[in-house]
Amino acid sequence: MNEGLRKAMENDPKVLIMGEDVGKLGGVFRVTDGLQKDFGEARVIDTPLAESGIVGTAIGLALRGYRPVCEIQFDGFVFPAFNQITTQLAKMRMRSLGTLELPVVIRIPCGGGIGAVEHHSESPEAYFTHTGGLRVVACSNPSDAYTMIQQAIECPDPVIFFEPKRRYWDKAPVDRDLSKAVPFDRAVVARPGEDVTVLAYGPMVKTSLEAAQADENHSIEVVDVRSLNPLDEETILESVRRTGRCVVVHEAPVFNGYGAELAARITEKCFYHLEAPVLRVGGFSTPYPPSRLEDHYLPDLDRVLDAVDRTFAW
Amino acid sequence: MANRQHGGGPEELLPAERPVRFLTDTGAAVRGRSRYPLPSPELLRRAYRAMVVGRRFDAQATALTKQGRLAVYPSSHGQEACQVGAVLALQDGDWFFPTYRESMALVTRGIEPTEVLALLRGDAHCGYDPHRHHVAPQCTPLATQTVHAAGLAYAERRKGSGRIALACVGDGATSEGDFHEALNFAAVFKAPVIFLVQNNQYAISVPLDRQTAAPSLAHKGVGYGIRSERVDGNDPVAVLAVLTAAAEHARSGHGPFLIEAHTYRLESHTNADDATRYRTDAEAEEWRRRDPIARLEAYLRRRGHLTDEDTAEAATAAEDFAARLRTAMNADPELAPLGMFDHVYDVPTPQLDEQRASLRSELEAEEALA
Ligand SMILES: Cc1ncc(C[n+]2csc(CCOP(=O)(O)OP(=O)(O)O)c2C)c(N)n1
Ligand SMILES: [Mg+2]
Repeated sequence: MNEGLRKAMENDPKVLIMGEDVGKLGGVFRVTDGLQKDFGEARVIDTPLAESGIVGTAIGLALRGYRPVCEIQFDGFVFPAFNQITTQLAKMRMRSLGTLELPVVIRIPCGGGIGAVEHHSESPEAYFTHTGGLRVVACSNPSDAYTMIQQAIECPDPVIFFEPKRRYWDKAPVDRDLSKAVPFDRAVVARPGEDVTVLAYGPMVKTSLEAAQADENHSIEVVDVRSLNPLDEETILESVRRTGRCVVVHEAPVFNGYGAELAARITEKCFYHLEAPVLRVGGFSTPYPPSRLEDHYLPDLDRVLDAVDRTFAW
Repeated sequence: MANRQHGGGPEELLPAERPVRFLTDTGAAVRGRSRYPLPSPELLRRAYRAMVVGRRFDAQATALTKQGRLAVYPSSHGQEACQVGAVLALQDGDWFFPTYRESMALVTRGIEPTEVLALLRGDAHCGYDPHRHHVAPQCTPLATQTVHAAGLAYAERRKGSGRIALACVGDGATSEGDFHEALNFAAVFKAPVIFLVQNNQYAISVPLDRQTAAPSLAHKGVGYGIRSERVDGNDPVAVLAVLTAAAEHARSGHGPFLIEAHTYRLESHTNADDATRYRTDAEAEEWRRRDPIARLEAYLRRRGHLTDEDTAEAATAAEDFAARLRTAMNADPELAPLGMFDHVYDVPTPQLDEQRASLRSELEAEEALA
């Protein structure tokens, strides 16, 4: 993430970083570490503590050609900015008949699994995928973090950029050649397989890959959705048509979650290829529980494999 | 035209030129008369003891994070005068609206420390009974509690109960929109609520001068028509004097009161933070010299209100308190996973029942394997 942001700032002097504690501290997750030192306080801005103000002023800056990258400190604190994001950021292009463009990126560390107190483990993606005018993406690994953040910053549309916070510490080789990178609105097959497609994004990609690895009975294909809106149906539908089975996995509550859109769409478009209904694995319809209970809340390998088994029991 | 809601001119609302002080940095009485009455020796003695116990509690909680007994702890070491003052200025029936920083205030209010720390251990979102203590759950999304306090105080006013509310909020959180809406609503509704801003100079790493360009945080009240004051937040006598006057103001029907207390967070934001990345030891040293406990102790001793016996008793009480907490926190309470489905609604929805049943069968299957 840090390298990707640095590259974007080097490539375009209009790129600004704004947020709480992003400067001297380098962010509470150190994602912007060292950037203020190297690019100065005018480009890496510790803002007053107000998310609505961060996004609102980013909109104003973008109207004059800047490309603000806003950091929301934790998922649960995006809500004071919800009004600015959904009523303003999302709609400006259409309201102005395309004359006003808002290339604003909003980075949100998301999801649970780090033992945090309440409001630090939320998965609010469905609120944003429900809002026309926003692009919503989620990275799942270091390489995508590096490339997708740069692609998001280059994008002329507003982008909500989810970063699975429990994966911040993951290590993996990063391909720095951006020209070879998959466009950030495309899904990728993270692991090829033949019997069943597991669709996941953000933190659940790793869990799904581990499940695929562990399953000795079925050959599981894992597709990393990456872009929730727009959706790369081509990659996803092709996979499901081939395997005939599909399980959707996310941390957010299943009820009315993003997986409902995937399941409905796949059912509509691959009905005659399906051997079983599309099954969903995700959180419960409760507020996120206290952290000592979160392992019971979060989907894990067993829940993914259980759903996979159920698609074969149909 | 002047607003009829507010009788006088803005000067009646303005905070003092300089933060209200009763004590020098070393605990001598400052000269001159204050517009605020001097708190009684009994109240000050209670404050002294509560600060000694509170500080020990705070140190113990920090130690528990190092032993992995507590997931996270935001310390209020250095802010003892505000933590204790806020609670001692209230009556039992009054309501207190704390943030995550107020654990020390909550034990001062008489809540069992294990109940207070349930949140930070990850056992519960709120470990105590709010009704029993008249204390709202500790609040994490910044400034959201200030609006609730305004509403609750308005309810008390409508009922004519004579009760008031006090909301704690940090310097950083005064930038949030909710804080401003709370001030405005409280003023328009003439709600008997005190907003206590503990200006500990930082919002995590962000210093006050990046947070506001106002002459002071207390000045923010004036624009909303709220009587506002600033106080040396490490001077327990001044903190209690101003808080007592604010409570009297609110209780007697004069509406809200905003207090900015100048203090300092001596530890990192939480144990997960590293304050050396954004501030110097020298700065912290400056504030250590203005230690609220040492100042009050010096003052009370000089006046003959505190003896060696009293300080020894307070020290023993503090050690006992810490020892009890250590023992209590050594036991890991068994948490019932299915409990997460309780209390989501008045009556669980069919979907929740279904989800609970699926977790139950998962747990039973695990048990059968074990
Ligand atoms: C709405 C919201 N945004 C961001 C945060 C993350 N956060 C937690 S504490 C904190 C700093 C608060 O500073 P201040 O209000 O001065 O209180 P202090 O911690 O110093 O007591 C931040 C940014 C939050 N809890 N809520
Ligand atoms: Mg502060």
